[in-house]
Amino acid sequence: MPIVFVPSLMQKLCDGEQKLVIEGTNLRQIIDNLDSEYSGFKERLVEDGKIKPNISVAVDGEITPLGMIQKVGPDSEVHFLPAISGG
Amino acid sequence: MTTADYERNMVLSSVDYKVLGTRPVRHDGADKVTGRAIYGADFDASGLLHGKILRSPHAHAKILSIDTSKAEALDGVKAVATAKDFPQTGDKSIEMGEDTTKLKWLRDNIMASDKVLYAGHAIAGVAATNPHIAEEALALIEVKYEVLDSVMTTQQSMAEGAPLLHESLTTQELGEDSGIVSNIADHFQHSKGDVKKGFEEADVIVEREYNTAMVHQGYIEPHNGTALWSPDGRLHVWCSTQGSFVVRDSLADLLDIPVSNIRVTPTEIGGGFGGKIPIYVEPVAAILSKKTGTPVKIVMSRKDTFEGSGPTPGSNIKIKLGAKSDGTITAAHAWMAMEAGGYPGSPVGAAAQCVFAAYDIENGLIDGYDVVVNKPKTAPYRAPGAPNAAFGMEQALNELADKLGMDPIELRLKNVAEEGTRRVDGPTFRRIGAREVLEAMRDHPHYQAAKKSGHGRGISIGFWFNIGFDSACNIAVNKDGSINLTEGSTDIGGSRTSIAMHAAEVLGIAVEDVRPSVVDTDTIGFTAVTGGSRTTFATGWAAYEAAQDVKRQSIERAADIWDVDADSLDMEDGIISSKTDSELKMTFKELASQMSDTGGTITGRAAVNPKGVGGSFAGNIVDVSIDDETGKVSIERFTCVQDVGKAIHPSYVEGQMQGGSVQGIGWALNEEYFMNDQGNMANSSLLDYRMPTSLDLPMIDTVIVEVANPGHPFGVRGVGEANIVPPTPAIANAVSDATGNIMTQLPLTPGAVLDSGK
Repeated sequence: MPIVFVPSLMQKLCDGEQKLVIEGTNLRQIIDNLDSEYSGFKERLVEDGKIKPNISVAVDGEITPLGMIQKVGPDSEVHFLPAISGG
Repeated sequence: MTTADYERNMVLSSVDYKVLGTRPVRHDGADKVTGRAIYGADFDASGLLHGKILRSPHAHAKILSIDTSKAEALDGVKAVATAKDFPQTGDKSIEMGEDTTKLKWLRDNIMASDKVLYAGHAIAGVAATNPHIAEEALALIEVKYEVLDSVMTTQQSMAEGAPLLHESLTTQELGEDSGIVSNIADHFQHSKGDVKKGFEEADVIVEREYNTAMVHQGYIEPHNGTALWSPDGRLHVWCSTQGSFVVRDSLADLLDIPVSNIRVTPTEIGGGFGGKIPIYVEPVAAILSKKTGTPVKIVMSRKDTFEGSGPTPGSNIKIKLGAKSDGTITAAHAWMAMEAGGYPGSPVGAAAQCVFAAYDIENGLIDGYDVVVNKPKTAPYRAPGAPNAAFGMEQALNELADKLGMDPIELRLKNVAEEGTRRVDGPTFRRIGAREVLEAMRDHPHYQAAKKSGHGRGISIGFWFNIGFDSACNIAVNKDGSINLTEGSTDIGGSRTSIAMHAAEVLGIAVEDVRPSVVDTDTIGFTAVTGGSRTTFATGWAAYEAAQDVKRQSIERAADIWDVDADSLDMEDGIISSKTDSELKMTFKELASQMSDTGGTITGRAAVNPKGVGGSFAGNIVDVSIDDETGKVSIERFTCVQDVGKAIHPSYVEGQMQGGSVQGIGWALNEEYFMNDQGNMANSSLLDYRMPTSLDLPMIDTVIVEVANPGHPFGVRGVGEANIVPPTPAIANAVSDATGNIMTQLPLTPGAVLDSGK
């Protein structure tokens, strides 16, 4: 199953875990399942059904432009990063 | 230096190409060298009015009132615009090319409404029959201010009790609102491993604080824009921009009109380097045009450009590194605060992702702070944030090498990031060329040569990403076998030709048979900015796909002519032939001459948003001499090595490497926003804001390293930005080598060099 790397500023939502194994085949499912297991993630990450503008998501090492519909493979890594501004 | 001192380019990829890697003459060359190319300031139209912008003399003040009546009464003045003329629509987040901002911040930066947040902040615009009358009218606008205390650095802005720029700005922490009102717009953190344990395991630790000054991109052509708002509601804008679609979409948000009512035509551009992604004068020209019913042109002065556009931030950076005695880095911590300017949005996020990117670090921690200050709102500038970060990190590494008694390149090779290395910010690298760049530096005749007496030598490497984003391309085949290629990426560094070379390679035709055009927003699909080192990568990819579309149709046409199955045919080097019948052969040109008899013109099209980006590493070797009496630093020898994936047009790649190096040299030695006690820029002319000229510089020797990016059909990596990252620390390391003193602030002015020993 995909592995979600939890940013240090969000680790308080999941008892300090740095990595979580979360089921899902796209980013929407990953975030929904993450939030079901550890409440609060969705509020931090999603606004109006989209990834918040100040957050970007890297799947398998590459920032995705597809947002919630980005496919996630069974061995994928998911990272939540601050969106790059001014660059 | 002799010819033998130069190192050949290193081609590590193994694919041979016919067109890629050659050095054809650029398609726009003749127009540009003969002065025929049309730039924004050249634009003319019947009834054209000229606009000028009134700017704040104060760094921080409330606007109590604006009286434009005397200006409006001046003979020749046709209209005056202020913030009240902008639709006050909501406060949604909008995309601005490479980043996002809030609509209110964008609107207020273009024209201040309730407060001015930096000296140079636009307050009102005037349209008149000539620029002199417009300027005279500016002096008649009466503005009453309540002047407030200002903050010029992150240290001042983050201090307890600092004057607040925005009364409602609260610190965001990766999606969480802290609720704390301050000048800190954003704080984030990346961590990997156990930093405390890593430092405990270290035999040697270095720790130091570095400061860099705000600098400008220094493009020679100032911002400009002409707008014609027609009675039918259509708005047409001609401007110098790195992204015509960003201008279109921003105008739609700012003016509250649909994108379908706006057409943006990009004129030729006299440099941008990121600074021409945001918009400044275009919406003001549009409002003035709406008021007058005539076209209005606004061209910034140099002073306007310095004070009223977007430089790159000054920064305060702390680096702590720990290492074993064999050179293995055990822990690294970076703390970075960057000046966003008057509104949030510094490049500190990018800096944080670059600061340790070149190294495989087991235990790392990075804290970043985006801080508003009373200076112009920062804008992208070539690898934004990364040079600031490298200035600290790459000097700390040299200090570490000194303490360990190691060669600085060997220390870097000992810890270098490679395919599979997990960065401190999380993701792992795919195939990268950091090791190859360092090895090329180590083996280069420059590094192998003995230093001249009294000279100092410094080295550094740096990293920058490459982004994908949307690009579109259309190709129409002419009956003589040439093709017209249209695309939407502003051509800053020769990208018309490099994009055309993609299509020529696929079709097996000469690049001279491709006519590339950069077209307006009504004529091509959405194309993102020329920035993020994406244009040759992504728009080149669109051209590759559009050419594949043409190739497929060409084969189908030949199959119809020969009455064979298309699968039995192939097209190589511009010749369509049968895989089984050697008699069946036809050139692409011959097929093109038969298009009208076989179904009409062949057109190919593609729209892409590609993945597979490949970041780039660059490195410098620098020799300097220092005048003992004045402290003046002279660059004696400068070598730039960069992994570019595949150099589509090597001359343009070398040009990027040399250009980035020169900008880095200016940043290192001379350039800074010199602010006086009142928060005004004291050096807002190119006489006083000292950028390097050819007289200040030696030949910048370039070594292209080609480690193909497996994510791109031709192995391309973005090449435009990584080369500006290593110069500032490489030069600082060279000055430290010559003087024995660590250089902790930029620029390395003669005074700073002399004071460094005190």
